[in-house]
Amino acid sequence: MYVSPIREPLIKGNKDYSQVTKDILAPMAGTPSKYWYMGMTIAGAAALFGAWASFMTVFYGIGTWGTNKTIGWAWDITNFVWWVGIGHAGTFISAILLLFRQKWRTSINRSAEAMTLIAIACAGFFPLIHMGRLLLGFFIFPYPNTRALWVNFNSPLLWDVFAISTYFAVSLVFWYVGLIPDIGTVRDKAKDKIRKAIYGFLSFGWTGSAKHWSRHETISLILAGLAAPLVLSVHTIVSFDFATSVIPGWHTTIFPPYFVSGAIFSGFAMVLTLLIVTRKALHLEDYITVNHVESMNKIIILTGSIVGIAYLTEFFMAWYSGVEYETYAFFNRAFGPYAWAYWIMMTCNVITPQLFWFKKIRTNLVATFIISIFVNIGMWFERFVIVVTSLHRDYLPSSWTMYKPTIVEVGLYVGTLGLFFTLFLLFIRVFPVIAIAEIKSVLKSSGEHQKHADHE
Amino acid sequence: MENQSFTLPKKLINVAIGMVIIGLISLAYGYFGGLGGERIAANLLMNNVYFLGIALIGLFFVAVHAIAESGWQVSVQRIGEAMSAFIPVAGVLMALLFILGGMHALYEWTHADHMDAILLKKAAYLNIPFFSIRFAVYFAGWIVLAHLIRKTSAKLDLNGEIFYFNRLRMLSALFIVFYAVTSVTSSWDWLMSIDAHWFSTLYGWYIFSGMLVSGVAVLIIILFILKRMGLMTHVNDEHVHDLGKYLFGFSIFWAYLWFSQYMLIWYANIPEETVYFYTRINQFGTIFYLNLVLNLVVPLLLLMTRNSKRMFLVLLPVAIVVFIGHWIDLYQIVMPGAVGEEAGIGLLEIGLTIGYAGLFLLVVFRSLSKHPLVPKNHPLYKESLEYHTNY
Repeated sequence: MYVSPIREPLIKGNKDYSQVTKDILAPMAGTPSKYWYMGMTIAGAAALFGAWASFMTVFYGIGTWGTNKTIGWAWDITNFVWWVGIGHAGTFISAILLLFRQKWRTSINRSAEAMTLIAIACAGFFPLIHMGRLLLGFFIFPYPNTRALWVNFNSPLLWDVFAISTYFAVSLVFWYVGLIPDIGTVRDKAKDKIRKAIYGFLSFGWTGSAKHWSRHETISLILAGLAAPLVLSVHTIVSFDFATSVIPGWHTTIFPPYFVSGAIFSGFAMVLTLLIVTRKALHLEDYITVNHVESMNKIIILTGSIVGIAYLTEFFMAWYSGVEYETYAFFNRAFGPYAWAYWIMMTCNVITPQLFWFKKIRTNLVATFIISIFVNIGMWFERFVIVVTSLHRDYLPSSWTMYKPTIVEVGLYVGTLGLFFTLFLLFIRVFPVIAIAEIKSVLKSSGEHQKHADHE
Repeated sequence: MENQSFTLPKKLINVAIGMVIIGLISLAYGYFGGLGGERIAANLLMNNVYFLGIALIGLFFVAVHAIAESGWQVSVQRIGEAMSAFIPVAGVLMALLFILGGMHALYEWTHADHMDAILLKKAAYLNIPFFSIRFAVYFAGWIVLAHLIRKTSAKLDLNGEIFYFNRLRMLSALFIVFYAVTSVTSSWDWLMSIDAHWFSTLYGWYIFSGMLVSGVAVLIIILFILKRMGLMTHVNDEHVHDLGKYLFGFSIFWAYLWFSQYMLIWYANIPEETVYFYTRINQFGTIFYLNLVLNLVVPLLLLMTRNSKRMFLVLLPVAIVVFIGHWIDLYQIVMPGAVGEEAGIGLLEIGLTIGYAGLFLLVVFRSLSKHPLVPKNHPLYKESLEYHTNY
């Protein structure tokens, strides 16, 4: 396939196929660096904090949280939606960008998918802990139990169970299928016997024959086709958790597409946060180039602007509807006691991404890293604003109240962050962070050296 | 490969003029046949919005691919550019409609004596001066940007200078931002305010997604006509396949937004919201369900396989069905509020649409004949010739 010379190369430097393998496998070899240990220690400590908070929640009950009669949902659902949202980037990159023939995805899809799976796991933790009895978590699945009780099929919370477990399953299979050829490579390069045996087992007997490749491509495409609608369905269903209700600020028809856009927005922000550090730490600058970062920043502008338009639309409609409660809910958001949260959300999500219109900023890694953190914070506050400010002043002014998180809730959140980084750090040691086979497939058309050779 | 410039064939002009005459006759029939001012105004509005939306999608198609720096569409982008030539025509016709009494016939909120408490609350947005200002701003922005984009694209074709390539991207970004806001607000102004008491935050995107599908359908139809004229020989199965994917994918996207809006209103069951669907299901039941069949079921089933997206034999009929389907969608958006139970699909509706289609074809083909059909010097033109899709 012909690639125009005006396009930036996707792989820098003078690489051949063997160099690609060496570069990408390098982080898995030897003992980890001291930075890795440092990261692991911090992440592990955070995870322990989370374990303590989980213990407190299970032992003493939900009373250890700051939620109350008026605000029955707060941090747990905020964190849940935040993590699910982050989990959108991986599958978006792998499925939607695949269907749109975006070659630059090959450098980032592997780690983004791994991040997706970890984020979904972190998200799933919150509904489970909110149930209080972790061992009975399987009650959420529909089956006739001993008292012939079924789950409530009318509840969007149940649809969530289906949507997220399907999404997780498809993403996991997709990720793993993509990994198989690379695991084969790791196996072939492995020196010691145990390592060879383990990766040999995990590679499902991959030989790299034409038949294997043909099947691999077919299944990848089918999974991409399946995953593409899932990218939209998951956050659509999550938005239904709110939008099917009759609570002012929650019930609004724009929620499904706006949640999806926000999810991709936050997902890409987290991918940037992770990869800007990872590329540096693992010396993968030739593969995850400024060009890749710029492309991701463009998606951030797009999705961030969609989210911005949705905020303004909601605000306008709250007034235009003429419904007193709706108007008040939005007035209260912007100027009530939680106005600070609202304006953090507006600043981080609507204003900061607009800086990416400047090429200087979107190709600057430090600026991108800072803005990606802003977006992560902004998207967390978006969910906090939607959940807490809509609930804290309900129809009955006598029950108006405020919400403050307890240390236990903070612990649960910090704990999932710890879990997230722990698992990500493990991932970069265990599997190739970049899809080796896919990079090789674009090397000839988009490698810097190969491109120059072509046009000389 | 030659540039494939062409002069407008006489036959095409005659057919298009004939269609316009049919439209004028139907309009006269509507006027003298006593169908009522409301029904005539509603039909004019509906067709105007429909073909304007398609023209805007032509420009959107060019702009969105320019900023995404994609290559494949270069081969068909002239069609999108030409479609946008209809925007000024639609602007004039729409301004005439509103000036010549269409506003009062269509919009309840323009009647000072009919204002109730809810409409009074909205008066800061729904009032004639502000409505007119917005109207002027929308068209001014669209017309100027469409003109600049077409001009820049023509200049880029002269020598393929990267300067014009970058300028095209800059203008496209401006248009996308402007259109992102105005496509939403214009749909509130012209369509949602027909049912002035009702509101839905998703509305603007729903309208946009419908336009997107019909715009792609029309692009496919025009491509087919050009191919039949022996032109556009550089467009191969791969390009047709990609357009087919758009028709398939965006149809599903439209249905997704349809469902999101409908399901949330149905589930929450708040009377001031459900009233919208209540009238549509009870008074326009057939149309209401037909809308889903034509715009979701047909493209979903017929375009699912790879081969059907690559053959005009299947793709063209589906594009035509979807084109009619979104007309039907707009019909059920406009008519219940504007005309009510007296609405129907008769000579006026069909004839006027044919008239608009004729005018659209005339304007678009005249614009197409002005520039070479093959943008040979576009920096990504070669990419657009040498690619193949596996899926």
